Amino acid sequence: MVARVCPELGRRKFPGLIFPVLIFSLLFCLSSPIRAQESPYIVTYDHYLEEPGSLEVEYFSTFGTQRGGNDFDAFWTEFEFGVTAWWTTEVYLAGQTTFNDSTIFTGFRWENRFRLLQREHVVNPVLYVEYENTSGADKILKEVEGHDVESDYAPSNAVLRKEHDHELELKLLLSSTFKGWNVAVNPIVTKNLLPSEPWEFGYAAGASRPLALKASPNHCNFCPENFIAGVEMYGGLGDTQSAGLHGTSHYVAPVVAWNLPSDWTVRLSTGFGLNDNSHRLLLRWGLSREFSGLGELVERWLGGRP
Amino acid sequence: MKVRFALFRPAGRIGWATIVAILVGISVFGAAWAAAQKEDAAASKNRKSTYAALAEAPEKARQKRNPFAGDAQAVAAGEKLFEQHCVQCHGRNAEGAKYGPSLLREEVQQATPGTLFWILTNGVVRRGMPVWSKLPEQERWQIVTFLESLKLQPATAHSGNLQPVKPVLR
Repeated sequence: MVARVCPELGRRKFPGLIFPVLIFSLLFCLSSPIRAQESPYIVTYDHYLEEPGSLEVEYFSTFGTQRGGNDFDAFWTEFEFGVTAWWTTEVYLAGQTTFNDSTIFTGFRWENRFRLLQREHVVNPVLYVEYENTSGADKILKEVEGHDVESDYAPSNAVLRKEHDHELELKLLLSSTFKGWNVAVNPIVTKNLLPSEPWEFGYAAGASRPLALKASPNHCNFCPENFIAGVEMYGGLGDTQSAGLHGTSHYVAPVVAWNLPSDWTVRLSTGFGLNDNSHRLLLRWGLSREFSGLGELVERWLGGRP
Repeated sequence: MKVRFALFRPAGRIGWATIVAILVGISVFGAAWAAAQKEDAAASKNRKSTYAALAEAPEKARQKRNPFAGDAQAVAAGEKLFEQHCVQCHGRNAEGAKYGPSLLREEVQQATPGTLFWILTNGVVRRGMPVWSKLPEQERWQIVTFLESLKLQPATAHSGNLQPVKPVLR
């Protein structure tokens, strides 16, 4: 969208890393970092929301192989804010570099997650509502739905960016934690806001566990409890015009998160395509940090009580 | 039909759908923010209700025994976890802060370990405390062990007159 409004910006190299670096620096000045116990998932969601008043800033990158086209590196920055203990809101800004082609801004997403039950249950449901305003060149593959296949991403950025998607995405995040294990399943329904477009379906599922269930008394970088490992799987399930697995892509990805005592979280994921419609490899990494006190800061800006 | 097409125009410009989505979003955000603030203000007025969630723990949960009771290592680990996850709301000395109540008051200190564990696990979502079941069970018990160790601090809220306690965190 921005690239359309301001073509000059689209032609320039998108400063993928500069923006998050600036944001991280600003937040360091304005608030205090806190330790987060982040899950290792990159695509799947568990039922845990952001703590109220906290802002988590995340930078993710996905390197993908592309048959019939150029490999790419898609990146996005997330700003995740805990409004209440039952509501988290989040904005994504995404871009991508297609090698031997160009680097472009590909759009934004605004997601909201609502915890539906007050207490913990065997299965905990969270409602996920997202509005997407992206171009066809968006390659972050944050979710795979409908008949998304590798060949969709093969054309040049100049061609792909001509398509614009305004989509509403709904997910039911079902998650359970038992004996240190987390199991999460996310059915996905997406609707392009063009009336002629069908409803699309997809899924993501994951399981993870910390390497140790008991904390050590000392502050340490390499204590096993700082690492959470797991696996996630995601893919499309067709659409209302053609439901099923025909012409869909699927991935499986071992994932690991390293929650550092210095309040940073590092995530790594190596995704493997499971059929001929999938990218062969999706190599992802992410860096995040959570900042507290943002709620009070916003309150002050809005003239609330000190 | 013409109107529908205009509403959902797939052009690169900011369309009506975007504007409406943003306006609705701002409205919802504002309303929820106001509700949260109202709830916060109400909580301040009625401190008793702040601790009412302790009474909601089921009997079975109350009777659970702390597997780390009296374990000095668990106290130290619990202190570390408290520093990492709880200080933001409950204050560096568990004395309470804007978003979380004091954990030194008698309501908390007289609660059974099982009750504290239940609160940690389930949170008090309507009052802003998130669920902490994402921490493994053992880590939650370590935090409970640390909270129990605060009973040993001089002058707890039993007198209703809190004394400064030894800073428990770095």
